[in-house]
Amino acid sequence: MSQPVIRTEALTRDFGSLRAVDTLSIEVSPGTIFGFLGPNGSGKTTTIRMLLGLLEPSAGRAEVLGCDTRTQADWIRLRAGALLEHHGLYERFSAWDNLEFYGRIWRLPRRDRRERIEELLRRLGLWERRRESVGQWSRGMKQKLAVARAMLHRPAVLFLDEPTAGLDPVAAAALREDLAALARQEGVTVFLTTHNLAEAEKLCQAVAVISAGRLLAVGHPDQLRARAGLRAEISGRNIQPGVLEALRARAEVSAAQIRDGRLALELRPGAELAPLVSLLVAAGVEIEEVRRASLEDVFLTLIEEEQRCSPISSR
Amino acid sequence: MFADLITMIWKEWKELLLSRGGLRGGLISAVVIPLGMLGVFLPWQNGADWVSTPLLAAGWSWLPLLIILGLVADSFAGERERKTLETLLASRLSDRAILFGKMAALVGYGWGLTLGSLMLGTLTVNLTHRQQEWLLPSAHTVAVIVVFGLLTSLLAAAGGMLVSLRASSVRQAAQINSLALLALILSAVSAGKLMPAPWKASLVLAFTGPNLLRTELAIAAALVALDAALVSAAMARFQRARLILD
Repeated sequence: MSQPVIRTEALTRDFGSLRAVDTLSIEVSPGTIFGFLGPNGSGKTTTIRMLLGLLEPSAGRAEVLGCDTRTQADWIRLRAGALLEHHGLYERFSAWDNLEFYGRIWRLPRRDRRERIEELLRRLGLWERRRESVGQWSRGMKQKLAVARAMLHRPAVLFLDEPTAGLDPVAAAALREDLAALARQEGVTVFLTTHNLAEAEKLCQAVAVISAGRLLAVGHPDQLRARAGLRAEISGRNIQPGVLEALRARAEVSAAQIRDGRLALELRPGAELAPLVSLLVAAGVEIEEVRRASLEDVFLTLIEEEQRCSPISSR
Repeated sequence: MFADLITMIWKEWKELLLSRGGLRGGLISAVVIPLGMLGVFLPWQNGADWVSTPLLAAGWSWLPLLIILGLVADSFAGERERKTLETLLASRLSDRAILFGKMAALVGYGWGLTLGSLMLGTLTVNLTHRQQEWLLPSAHTVAVIVVFGLLTSLLAAAGGMLVSLRASSVRQAAQINSLALLALILSAVSAGKLMPAPWKASLVLAFTGPNLLRTELAIAAALVALDAALVSAAMARFQRARLILD
């Protein structure tokens, strides 16, 4: 099995009495987009900063590309790209000059640098506006340019800290598409923090959920769904009480109720939804929509469970 | 390291020029106007005396300090304020490349403008007050301006950068730098007024005649020590974690 690109072992960071990251242990496989999910203030940015060697852990350790973040931070930063909390662009500079500066920093030879800048700007649809100062640009365009800057030197691993935060849905969707395409084409491993569950679901092959600095779950989005138990919501007409009884009698159904006019089902692990839909149709229910539990449901369940288990947070 | 320094200087100078409303506007306000004032207007007004007065060496030696103190506040506090610092710190650049690159850009600008205005001033005097022979500052004056100009450039850049590293905003850094300059000027003026007469006489003696070179070397040595202390302090202060969390 290939070596993980990122590995943390009981990684912990305290700020005085506040524990921002609490004994975090994760592994990120090469070539994957790894989603790091958590609500605001859950320790996502602090984790990225530690992985880039910008902050020292209070305890535990982390390795990126086989390099220790405490002792080989320079080596990690040489091979990593980052789009952090802020886009970090020089707003008085043109798009070209922003990339030119970082291309020089990464010592790309002049010809390669120019070709690479042109390639990325064209791919992201920014080529025609390369001479404009980026201060005049929309937030979505700035984020795209920041992605281009992070990928300029073809890093082996890319850290993205909430790249679509603050973007309108159209700009966020466009950036997500570009990100997915670039990551696929360049084979880069992406560590993506977000509190947007739909984003993680669309982009990530693996996700970790953290809250108050603690890891709550990690795995493929489908695995997390299964772990939290399969849920489904069915909306339609003619849902009679007798149908509820029939559903509750099924072995694969652990709970069934009508909530806000919709049929809410909780299923046991391994349960198939299709036979239940057939049962409903046979019972005369006119089904309009069947919605399986999303990652968001899983996330909310995990956060609720976490808050129930530790009502007084350690943070 | 050298390539990284050049990269940082490129970026700093470009930002300096673009901060004045575009490249052309920046060139006019950051280069053409200062050179016009210091290298054309003043020498033209003073005529042939401009190259021979001892005030030239004294004034031009400290000129970079004034030029750089007006800019240095922006170096780190500005990057922090504009949210570009963390991305720069997350790049492959070493601490020294970032710190010394910024310092070199300021020293290069302040010292370069001083030496440029000295050369332009000499040309202006010779064009506007033509005499049979070329009017040139003495070798001693030129040496003093070159050496002291460099040392005072470094003093302003390192000291100002230390303030900028600690300040939470550009405004705060600029205020501290202005207060430090004011304190320096006021203490020099007060010392001149309050100094007992025999001390004054000794001071005048130190800056005239055969003692001048010895005095200049002593001041240069003190400036070198001060510069070294400030650069060391700035290096110690430059810690990525502190810069991010401050």
